[in-house]
Amino acid sequence: MTSGMFGAQGTGDTSGYGGLVRQASNFGSSERPYGSYFDEVADDLERAYPDFSDAIERVVVDRGEITLHVKREKLVEVAMILRDKLKFEMCMGVSGVHYPDQTGREMHAVYPLLSMSKNQRIRLEVSVPDADAHIPSVVEVWAGNNWHERETYDMFGIIFDGHPGLTRILMPDDWEGHPQRKDYSLGGIAVEYKGATTPPPSERRSYK
Amino acid sequence: MTTFDPYAPSRDTTEGKVFSVTGGDWDALVQEIGATKEERVVVNMGPQHPSTHGVLRLVLELEGETITEVRCGIGYLHTGIEKNMEYRSWTQGTTFVTRMDYLSPLHNETAYCLAVEKLLGITNDVPERATVIRVMMMELNRISSHMVALGTGALELGAMGPMFFAFRDRETVLEIFEMITGLRMNMAYIRPGGVAQDLPEGALTKIRDGVKLMRKNFKDNATLLIGNSIWMKRTQGIGYLDLAGCTTLGITGPVLRATGMPWDLRKLQPYCGYENYNFDVVTADTCDVYGRFLIRMNELEQSLRIIEQCVDKLEKLEGAPVMVADKKIAWPAQLALGGDGLGNSLDHIRQIMGTSMESLIHHFKLVTEGFHVPAGQAYAAIESPRGELGASVVSDGGTKPYRVHFRDPSFNNLQGTPAMSEGGMVADIVGAVASIDPVMGGVDR
Repeated sequence: MTSGMFGAQGTGDTSGYGGLVRQASNFGSSERPYGSYFDEVADDLERAYPDFSDAIERVVVDRGEITLHVKREKLVEVAMILRDKLKFEMCMGVSGVHYPDQTGREMHAVYPLLSMSKNQRIRLEVSVPDADAHIPSVVEVWAGNNWHERETYDMFGIIFDGHPGLTRILMPDDWEGHPQRKDYSLGGIAVEYKGATTPPPSERRSYK
Repeated sequence: MTTFDPYAPSRDTTEGKVFSVTGGDWDALVQEIGATKEERVVVNMGPQHPSTHGVLRLVLELEGETITEVRCGIGYLHTGIEKNMEYRSWTQGTTFVTRMDYLSPLHNETAYCLAVEKLLGITNDVPERATVIRVMMMELNRISSHMVALGTGALELGAMGPMFFAFRDRETVLEIFEMITGLRMNMAYIRPGGVAQDLPEGALTKIRDGVKLMRKNFKDNATLLIGNSIWMKRTQGIGYLDLAGCTTLGITGPVLRATGMPWDLRKLQPYCGYENYNFDVVTADTCDVYGRFLIRMNELEQSLRIIEQCVDKLEKLEGAPVMVADKKIAWPAQLALGGDGLGNSLDHIRQIMGTSMESLIHHFKLVTEGFHVPAGQAYAAIESPRGELGASVVSDGGTKPYRVHFRDPSFNNLQGTPAMSEGGMVADIVGAVASIDPVMGGVDR
């Protein structure tokens, strides 16, 4: 039996109260008007990009931010239009998120974009199945995403097709697994001191 | 053939002969390399090298003294902070993020807290006094961070004096930090909903005195460096990167402002009420190492101006709350200076232990389990001393972050190293890297 400290199993609840582990919900899409400059961005994109309705799966406006959920095959096209026509000159990297419960779209990649000309921000989100975690690289659109995509590959195992050199960046080259996936445990090493053993962090109940 | 040199052994590989140099007698090495008749040399600079700003590894391909190719090797300081945060409460998160970019801990904390507050929907409920304290602490932190950039940058270019002046002035800031937060770095002082505790008595006087002292002292480094022919030659026209280069590489901060672009989030996308302060965005139009250092020097004065305005505001806000009123978020702790250092005030302990069991339960729940954050994702960006520091935070509705990602400016800006240095002299890469001011704790997280 792999018991943690005090032998508690199951939830990550230190206090003894239940209900801590929740499902990450799949947020619906927003209705127009989106408010702020978001309608303008959506209109401009629709005008500049005829395939809009096909490429953009849904638009979510939440907490004063707009997220365009883009189909992965259209990502580079949309990115090019956003950069050249809508003046989103900068991409602030990419951040992976792993939702093991969203069957068929477990791996998400989130790109915050910045337009310096118009002083606007939007966000692109691409979701792909874990079994086929391939997303086209946007390095040819925003060269600065090079390291960010390497980091997301390193941490989540998302493969960015067309990246000029997709290798690990933070972990050692021979590392196995992708540490920030939800199925990768926190790990750690058990510590023994004067006969008492403290289990590794991932087995202590407060860190489960 | 020379005799075996224990400091520079060599071995044959498929890539050619590899020499491992660990110091000692360079003559033996030069003699051996001379025998290979190879002009192209690949040199590893770092990860343990005094001029690489921590554990940055630069793989240089050299033709003589000219750099033909540079690659950065990072990851030597990867600590898995983002992963660890998924196992702690939202409040504990500040203790982690503060350790990312260790020269600007308060900026990390603020970016994280702004994102969490956005998710909680309490952005406008954070008390004004807390917001002003945040701004003041961030500007003090900008000074201490720029001081390291200037001091170590000059030191790496061979000037020792500026380092002493910079660290002397930095000490003024760190003493203020110590007085207010108890710590000189990694304070975890800024918390979701406000700040951990109010300013101690006498803090504002100390800050006023500190500002006066620093304003006088800052001139020392400026007079020592600006116009100094060696420093000018080592910085002017070196590490060139123009606006197009910065934009395509996503580079922000002093490097971007040195191209003449007045891009400063404090002005253009104000957070924490920066729109209420008078200050100027400092730019340069040289696109080089000199311009970047000049910007940092001039930003010091702008930070002092903001700090003075903060102190004025704080005097008027004496006694106002520094934590959001919602008792489901704000920790009930009433910290006081006890005989054994910081602890809960005795009055508070007397109340929760003696008269209010409900308060005790509430306190216990809030500290051990933490508060729930509604599901969703938020991105908060602030202008850190090095550029845009963005916190992408995802919540699943629980009491722990589902995912936290920091878009650290150092991580992104280091990508500019090859563009700045390839084709230049090997000595100039030191200045180019120093002008980016990368902090490896932030790069590797």
